[in-house]
Amino acid sequence: MTNQNVLCPTCDADVRLPDGVMLNELLACADCGTELEIISLSPLQVELAPEVEEDWGE
Amino acid sequence: MRVGMLVTLIRPEEKLLISEFEAQGVTVDVMLDRNLNFDLTQGAQQLAPNGVAWSAYGVVFERCVSTSRGMYAQAILNAWGIPTVNSYHTASICSDKLLTTLHLAQHNIPQPQARVAFTDESAIQAIENLGYPAVMKPVTGSWGRLLAKVNDRESAEAIIEHRQVLGDYHHHTYYAQAYVEKGGRDIRAFVVGDRTICAIYRTSPHWITNTARGGVATNCPVTEALNHLCIKAARAVGGGVLAMDVFETPSGELLINEINHTMEFRNSSTPTGVNIAQEVVRYVLSFVSETASPTC
Repeated sequence: MTNQNVLCPTCDADVRLPDGVMLNELLACADCGTELEIISLSPLQVELAPEVEEDWGE
Repeated sequence: MRVGMLVTLIRPEEKLLISEFEAQGVTVDVMLDRNLNFDLTQGAQQLAPNGVAWSAYGVVFERCVSTSRGMYAQAILNAWGIPTVNSYHTASICSDKLLTTLHLAQHNIPQPQARVAFTDESAIQAIENLGYPAVMKPVTGSWGRLLAKVNDRESAEAIIEHRQVLGDYHHHTYYAQAYVEKGGRDIRAFVVGDRTICAIYRTSPHWITNTARGGVATNCPVTEALNHLCIKAARAVGGGVLAMDVFETPSGELLINEINHTMEFRNSSTPTGVNIAQEVVRYVLSFVSETASPTC
């Protein structure tokens, strides 16, 4: 999974994935700030992360 | 016995925790809360989303960012006799600021004065009982969302009208705290079981000092007084893995402001030098210490 990129579904930027990326991991596109969720590791796929809901938190 | 972890998403904290489980030689079964589908009329013999019977789990670690999903899952699993970290009892208190205040008060734990009222007129009265400035908070919620510092009666009327008109019924419970002058910082202390393992100062020029809102984390020494207060507060809400938000008044008194039951700690291990994930995982594994094995 090292140094792989995916396309941001919002702005088409290349999003570089961190080492050891995990399924369902949350990432932010460095270009547009959109939060993305890794939905598949093989093949690598991302989609927009779920919107923050009112009850989300600590 | 197996170890499960419920998540909404994998944030940096969950990644650290999963790595730490692996470091301890334990494979943790990560389950997404979006895939949960419980038959409430049946028991723990039913299957979890991964096809394993819930009864196979010695402990389930709840790390959902969704408070309602996590808390109901805890209620169900605890009803079936499956331990969770934290327990439903603890989560149900900590997820509600009114109930937290009430439990702290019942255990004589110092905290900011707080009042609750249920109509617009009585809410104004409650705030004026506290005096300006006061802080209005939704009873549920996190990350500093919808906190309002109420500086005068005009502000109070405007905020209450907005909540009355735009909010759902949760926002019609008007919980207000006395504003505490905390010198531009508060303390976030991490309690694991019966120990305060570390603490940070959260410093910000804004009166809201949450790191989610830009507060900067630096190490805060865990004094005997801080540890004593945090342990007492943790016990008051049922104990577990908890993050205490503590105010330090100008006179040096420590007050418990809030208690968080699904704590974030991504910014806290580096300044404190404490491996928070390791401490938490060891605590979770203590529930299955007799039976956990590298192949579980």
